[in-house]
Amino acid sequence: MYLPDFEYYAPGTVQEAVELLAGMPGARVLAGGTDLLVKMKQGLLEPPAVVSLKRLDALKRVAEEPGGLFIGARVTLNELINSDLIRRRYPSIAGAAHQMANNQVRHTGTLGGNLANAVPSADMPPILMALGAAVRVFGPGGERSFPLEELFVGPGRTSLGAGEVITGVVVPDQKTTGSTYMKFGLRRSGALAVVGVAAAVTMDGSVVADVRIVLGAVAPVPVRARSAEETIRGREYSREAAEAAGVAAAAESRPISDIRGSAEYRRDLVRVFTRRALERAVREGHV
Amino acid sequence: MEDRQGRKRHLVTLVVNGDEYTVAVKANTLLVNVLRDLLDLTGTKKGCELGDCGSCTVLLDGRPVNSCLVLAVEADGHEVTTIEGVSQNDKLDRIQESFIENAAIQCGYCTPGMILSAKALLTRNPHPTEREVREAIAGNLCRCTGYVNIVKAILAAAENG
Repeated sequence: MYLPDFEYYAPGTVQEAVELLAGMPGARVLAGGTDLLVKMKQGLLEPPAVVSLKRLDALKRVAEEPGGLFIGARVTLNELINSDLIRRRYPSIAGAAHQMANNQVRHTGTLGGNLANAVPSADMPPILMALGAAVRVFGPGGERSFPLEELFVGPGRTSLGAGEVITGVVVPDQKTTGSTYMKFGLRRSGALAVVGVAAAVTMDGSVVADVRIVLGAVAPVPVRARSAEETIRGREYSREAAEAAGVAAAAESRPISDIRGSAEYRRDLVRVFTRRALERAVREGHV
Repeated sequence: MEDRQGRKRHLVTLVVNGDEYTVAVKANTLLVNVLRDLLDLTGTKKGCELGDCGSCTVLLDGRPVNSCLVLAVEADGHEVTTIEGVSQNDKLDRIQESFIENAAIQCGYCTPGMILSAKALLTRNPHPTEREVREAIAGNLCRCTGYVNIVKAILAAAENG
């Protein structure tokens, strides 16, 4: 299986990468390549040029900033899992990355790639959205930053403008007391999510003072389950309350039927996994 | 550099199994093809070529990756270990010995990748649990053995390490 021909660039600065991308319509960013090269081999993409981020060490940083933690776009999934800083501050992000693909792919695939590909079943967006992460992009107009949920427009489509590159995400300091991402795949490894649910809760004693629930693989983009959140926000926590939130999440999800599962099955999985994710975030904290 | 037909080539330097090679490749040349076709290291196998099966697993700076999904130009300046580099001076690695002793090989096609994944695991974690072994080889598909003897072989290699 061979790749079509393309021009290859490995610029030394983000500015240069942006100029190259802006000047070559159809050019694609190469980070890990575990999605891009597969699509090119399958003939789904034939970019005239590929702009590699491999020389941009700033995009490999994981660093504390005032107000949050910056995670560079070119950080691989295994680097996320093994980062002491992430394990200590946001173990649920490491936990979500650990549920992805397989070891070889996790050594190559990157956080930025998982976001930029905008696959509805992607595993990183739900937990990052639940923790209120912002995405940082650099483009012809300079740098800007916006809530991660605004990145996703549809399957494979993002709100990035011409020449814009994701440089990383910023996960804000948390008031939340617990968070987790739970995924149902058809195998334990190497399987896309049939349903993925992230929950982040802020407990005040036994009351759910605040909550965010994000669903993956059940809509064209990862989505907040806002009515599910409403059913449990401000209420005393109980398993029944979590179940009620699950029922609400199932009702507001918009899954399709495909080779991995029917819409009906997915909707029921949303109910079960929303309840389980809430239980876990409430009882076990950030996991 | 460009040839007379205007095709651009990139000079790529790799340290493969301890030896340094410089090769001229097109941008779309994959690492697996450099290893197999230019360096004649055909122990690295090609299976699905989409990153699912792990037959083409090599160690890139000590980490297992699918060499079918790495551009040769991206590997420039890095170290690669293939199955040919696992044994030392014709002496098999203890993982290789253990695969033989435990009958962990049937058709053998997945074996190079399987051994490299195991090698990376035992380097990082000399005494893994069965679950850790299974997780480490989850990206290496075997359609013959049912994995039982492979897991046994890796655990035994760890015991004897």
